[in-house]
Order: sequence, then C-alpha cells, then structure tokens
Amino acid sequence: MGSTEPLRLAGVGIGALSEIDLEIAPGEIGCLSGASGSGKSRLLRAVADLEPHDGEVWLGEQAQSQMPGHVWRRQVMLLPAESHWWEDRVGEHFAKRPAESELAVLGFTPDTLEWQVSRLSTGEKQRLGLLRAVSLEPRVLLLDEPTANLDDATSARVEAWLVDRIRSRGWPTLWVAHDRAQIARVASHHWRIAGARLEELEPA
Amino acid sequence: MSVIELSWWQLALAALMVVALAACTAAMRLGMSRSLLIAALRTVIQLALVGLVLEALFAAERLVWVVLMALAMLLIAGREVMARQKRRLLGGWAFGIGTLSMFLSSFTVAVLTLTVIIGPEPWYLPQYAIPLLGMLLGNTMTGVALALDRLTDTAWRQRGVIENRLMLGQPWQEAIGDIRREAMRSGLMPMINAMAAAGVVSLPGMMTGQILAGTAPGLAVKYQILIMFAITLGTGFGTLAAVSAGSRRLFDSRERLRLDRLSSPRT
Repeated sequence: MGSTEPLRLAGVGIGALSEIDLEIAPGEIGCLSGASGSGKSRLLRAVADLEPHDGEVWLGEQAQSQMPGHVWRRQVMLLPAESHWWEDRVGEHFAKRPAESELAVLGFTPDTLEWQVSRLSTGEKQRLGLLRAVSLEPRVLLLDEPTANLDDATSARVEAWLVDRIRSRGWPTLWVAHDRAQIARVASHHWRIAGARLEELEPA
Repeated sequence: MSVIELSWWQLALAALMVVALAACTAAMRLGMSRSLLIAALRTVIQLALVGLVLEALFAAERLVWVVLMALAMLLIAGREVMARQKRRLLGGWAFGIGTLSMFLSSFTVAVLTLTVIIGPEPWYLPQYAIPLLGMLLGNTMTGVALALDRLTDTAWRQRGVIENRLMLGQPWQEAIGDIRREAMRSGLMPMINAMAAAGVVSLPGMMTGQILAGTAPGLAVKYQILIMFAITLGTGFGTLAAVSAGSRRLFDSRERLRLDRLSSPRT
C-alpha cells in the first residue's frame, strides 16, 4: 500500500540556500545535515510551503503551486523539532484514535490519550507529535531531528518504528539529522549543506 | 422643567478637583498625572469645539454638512483603532480594515435606525443623526480595536501553534479558529456586559441625560433600549467584519502565516 511517487525539488531557494535540486524515491530516506543556522529547517519549511520561496516542489506529477496550501501540507507533512498542542487533552489532537499497538511501540498506553497536555514532558511531546502526524497517513514525511530529545533506548525504538513505517508505506522522506551513526543506519542519500548548495555524501 | 444653567466657573471647580487628583498621583509617583492632565485638557478643548460645530450644524440642517461631519468622525475613529493596536497590520491595512468595518456597520445601522425606526423629518435631522452616529461609532471603535489587538497579538504569541496546525494540513480558518473566537469575544464583551448591567449597576449616560433634560423616564428608557440594540448591532457586525478581514490578512494566498505583515510592538 501507499504512494509510489517521488518527491522532487527543482531550483528551490530560501534564505541562504539557492537552486536546490534533489529527488527522493518512494520509501527512501534522504538525510540532511549541516551546521546549526545553515538553513536545514527552513528548507523543510519551503518544501512544506510554510514560507515564501523560489523554485518548485513536485510530488510525482503534482506541483506544489498547483494545489491549495493546506491540501499540499496534508500530503507533505512536516514534523517540527518542537511540537505544539492546543487542546486540553492529548486525545483531542488526534483525528482518529490511534491503535493500541501503535501507542505501545512508542511507550504509551490508551490512557495516554486522556492525559492533560500540560503534564507531557518534552520527550513525550516529541513521540506523540510523531504519532499524531503519522496517523494522518500523509504521502511524504519531512522530519526535523525526530529523535533529538529522546534517551538512547527510546530513540532506537522510535527510529526503527519510523523507518519501518516509511518503507512499508513508500513515503519519500527528508530527515534532518546530526548523529552520524543514525544517518548511516537510515539514509539512502545524505546531503550536507555547504554554503548555498547541497553536497552529496556517501550515506554510510 | 428645564435644565439648570451651568456656568464656566462651576466647571472650573470640577477641573480643580481633577488637578488635585493629578497632584496626588504625582506625589505617589504613579507616573499617571501627565497623561491624566493631557486627557482632561483634550476633553475640554474637543468638546468645546464640537459644541460650536454642532450649533452651526443644527442651524444649517443640510445633508452635505451632516455627511461631512460623519466622515470626519469616521476617519478619526479609524486612526484611533490603529493607534490602539500593539502589533498592527502594515501597509495601511490596520487603518483600512478598521475604518471600513466601522463604516459598514455603524453607518448602516445608523441610517436604518433613523429611516425605519425613529423617522425624524428630514431623516438626517442633525439633532438625531449626529448623537446616534457618535454613540455607535464610539462603541464600535472600542470593539473593533479590542478585537483586532487581541487577534494580532495572540497570533504573534501562538505562532508555533498556528504553524503546527498548518503543518498537520488544517486550512487557515481552522488553524486560527480558536484565536478568531477569542478576538470576537473580547470585542463583544464590553457591550454584553453593558447590556447585562444596564439599569441595575449603571444608569446609561444617554438615558440619564434625557431625564436631566426633562424627558419622562418611560420614553428615555425606550430610547436607551433602542440605542443599546443599535450599538450592539454596530459593534457586533463591525467586529465580525474586522476579525474576518484581519485574520484573512494574516495568511497569504498559499495559506502561510505571514507575521511579517505585522509591525513590531511600540513601547
């Protein structure tokens, strides 16, 4: 199941970055690294069309500029480094109730959905934010350091769950990562930001 | 019964007491005395001038003068709405949205009230038209200013939430829905409170004025109810228009949150 369409950036420019071209095939993970402030997160925001930018982004034959913003973002889902919550309880943020098995993989129980948002820790917010986005079944994932605030054991579990989901659904994924070991484990491609351009490195 | 004459030296006594209040706040270092005195002085000058204008207007009784007066009031109210916002929309939008929504609501409600309900002859009789419009504009201005200020300020503070909701694929109306509701609420709350407290806690100013001028309380009450409803309509529709247009302007055609369209706060 899932989509079989590649994600393609053509001449995307935002901030210091310009003329960025890259393509990620279905089910492949492209890792993006670079010094802090080099524009990794802004590039993801451009792909999700949250900021004005140059160039075009394609999902298969569909161009970003040819569909309304919210329709594009519903398919090309950006997961920010810090997730935000606006209702009182966790469960109110989910369009449909996530399965018990999904919650268990990330270390939660169905009770979690009744928790007050205000008592969530940073790590819990991050994991629940991933689940919230992934359970919407998008067609592309843009991940901004998805395991940054997690301890090693949890990080490994979340990473494995994400990779499995990406491969089985065939989602092209752009993944901002710092950890070399993580890049070596998950990446099909690895790009590093060098000035205004990307340079492609060996993933492993 | 006619109104008891009030002379300028009697007003001076009241002014002296305001000065005394200013002296007290100065002594306690509250930093309010200067703005208090300036505001009091503005009241005297502005009301004295408007008294002269109204006397001329009532004597002339011409539609064109009434319209000019109404427009001047509208533009000043528009400027005031803009000045009361901490982070306002740039490029004339703050003034434009505020003024247009006040124009649409206050003027429509005022003309309807005059022609359909009260029915003076001619319908623009300045003794009715100008005070009615003044009360409408004053209250609509407060509502619109409060609502726009709440809208832009909350959008700024909650940019993370709004953008996260956009990232999850929500349309802009949904992403800013809570904030829009809050802005509407803060625009309408003063009027709802005023209606709830009318006659119990406070005696509305216009009714009091009419009673002082010798109108029977029964009639004064009817006029007050009419005015309260007219003001509620004006404030409600004005706030609605301003919040709709203002929240739309916070997003561009790609439904991105564009906080760069807001000015930085003035201190």
